[in-house]
Amino acid sequence: MHGKSLLRLGSLATAALLALTACGGEAGTGDGAASPAGNTVKVGVLHSLSGTMAISEVTVKNAELMAIEEVNAAGGVLGKKLEPVVEDGASDWPTFAEKAQKLIRRDKVAAVFGGWTSASRKAMLPVFERNKALLWYPVQYEGLESSPYIYYTGATTNQQIVPALDYLKEQGKKKIFLVGSDYVFPRTANKVIKAYAAANGMTIAGEEYTPLGSTEYGTLVNKVMQAKPDAVFNTLNGDSNVAFFKQLKSAGATASSLPVMSVSIAEEEVKGIGVDNIAGQLVAWNYYMTTPGKTNEAFVKAFKAKYGPDKVTSDPMEAGYNAVKLWAAAAEKAGSTDPEAVKKAAGGISLELPEGKVTIDGANHHMHKTARIGVIQPDGTIKETWNSGKPIAPDPYLKSYPWAAGLS
Amino acid sequence: MEALLSQLPIGLSIAAVLLLAALGLTFTFGQMGVINMAHGEFIMVGAYTAYVLQDWAGRQAVVVALPAAFLTAGAMGLVLERTAIRRFYGRPLDTLLLTWGVGLVLQQLARDIFGAPNVQVRAPGWLSGGIPMFGSQVPYTRLFILAVAALSVLAIWAYQNRTRQGRRMRAVMQNRQLAECSGVDSERVDRLTFFIGSGLAGIAGVALTLIGPVGPNLGTYYIVDAFLVVVAGGLGRLRGAVAAALLLGLINSYAEFWTDASLAKVIVFVATVAFLQARPQGMFVLRSRALT
Repeated sequence: MHGKSLLRLGSLATAALLALTACGGEAGTGDGAASPAGNTVKVGVLHSLSGTMAISEVTVKNAELMAIEEVNAAGGVLGKKLEPVVEDGASDWPTFAEKAQKLIRRDKVAAVFGGWTSASRKAMLPVFERNKALLWYPVQYEGLESSPYIYYTGATTNQQIVPALDYLKEQGKKKIFLVGSDYVFPRTANKVIKAYAAANGMTIAGEEYTPLGSTEYGTLVNKVMQAKPDAVFNTLNGDSNVAFFKQLKSAGATASSLPVMSVSIAEEEVKGIGVDNIAGQLVAWNYYMTTPGKTNEAFVKAFKAKYGPDKVTSDPMEAGYNAVKLWAAAAEKAGSTDPEAVKKAAGGISLELPEGKVTIDGANHHMHKTARIGVIQPDGTIKETWNSGKPIAPDPYLKSYPWAAGLS
Repeated sequence: MEALLSQLPIGLSIAAVLLLAALGLTFTFGQMGVINMAHGEFIMVGAYTAYVLQDWAGRQAVVVALPAAFLTAGAMGLVLERTAIRRFYGRPLDTLLLTWGVGLVLQQLARDIFGAPNVQVRAPGWLSGGIPMFGSQVPYTRLFILAVAALSVLAIWAYQNRTRQGRRMRAVMQNRQLAECSGVDSERVDRLTFFIGSGLAGIAGVALTLIGPVGPNLGTYYIVDAFLVVVAGGLGRLRGAVAAALLLGLINSYAEFWTDASLAKVIVFVATVAFLQARPQGMFVLRSRALT
């Protein structure tokens, strides 16, 4: 009998585990009771501070908090200091929706800066539309979306994936293997890539997805090696990248024999993957820590001063930092922090930011950004090898690309 | 055919990873009935031990860390058993919640000490490269993990069958009351079992730094699979754990080869559930005349 009851416990434990991986901890801060009403404007900062996405999102939160401090140091918005209310989305999409609702309704924030995965954004979208509140989303994503209540400060498809494909094509890579995490961003991105490939004489050697958080890549690497592609297009997210690159390298692949183009690996992730495993590989972003310019120098210096000299800055962090600055500029221009007034004023606002000139597109709420392809260096930094020369107008639905007619 | 064969070493190495993660659990779960949800976090402790030792051991840290992680994770397990779990024996549901809470605390502790992002543990130089086999390369890192798993199993087997302490452990596992009547200090045996079980998790953690991420969430990626192996293999059975890990590893590697990673996971789960329906006691049963 002993054995049997233990068995029942065993299945109970497994069931509990499965349920638990789906929810997560809670770490709310700041109720705002300290400051008298009227002198401050509350803004929400909503990222995963725990769970599988914490590795990436904590850094964006830090950059956003720094931007808020800088805005405050410069006199605040409309003479009022910003007061951040930080919430934890816990790498769990329903939690993001819940916390967004809490920030809007209970804390009455003027805007929320947050999200990383597309799944979290899709979960929050109805909340912001229903409440007519503003979300500033700081990460590159798969496009095919344009909500009147979301501002997208990361790249859309035609500012990251399409330039990355142009670059691969230029380099003569014709046979591409697609590897991604199994959720909305990689699947949509790969749809775009397949349409591009079909129109540009490229072939798809394979298309594989693994569950988020997956750490076993032996089989997948074997499939890639047997398909012998010219390059891999990698849309894996989070910790999976570490396992993938470690196992790819130990299977004998090098950056020269099998280049991998990644769209979710920035400076911060390179450290965790291990430079040995990823040096020489390609990434596509709009910003690198090494991007030249006075604004970026100041940004990197301020970030290191605040969070430690060994800290790095990355594209999503910079986009999160930009989001705060752009929102503050829009609110100043509008003369109000009311979402509708900010929306009216936001279009056309142009700021000199760490990545260069960024302009808000009034029609689709995306940014005009410069695309940059980089190579990971043996010291862990990323060096730009190619850029688009000037900011690319955002085109989330790829309407200006004939090959993309069948998408969306 | 060659593609088929090339999946074989991958299946074996998945099995080795599963086995390493599950080995310690087989004993704490099998002997003491403790559902140790913090087992994954002891794996994490092992991985961070390798990271910390890197400072003076350099690239050989992984080797030095194997015994060090065994002791560190083992000691933490011992503390957990002495301070908390001991008070909850016979209340499995409560230990489940307790150890889950401890797991969360350990995760947050790791996040506070080492930061949320993953850290880098560099593999020793002699582990780069691999042996060409069936048209693909079998990495040395995988062979190393396979060797660590095999040695762990061997050591446990020798301990259980060749030492006095090990025989006491088996006695308590089979029939606690009778063992106590024969003069075995079962509390002492429990302590030791928990130490060894947690220590094995530490060893697993060191080995896993070679192929996966090293971060606060490391344990959560392996705990479900580890429980799967323990339950499918039969509680407290070394043979069962080895057989279940092998089977699940091979099913996983071939299922993923023919379908995809997401579907392979589903297939493994469905196969395990179906197997447990037909044979709820797992592959190997511990025969005992105990009445509990």
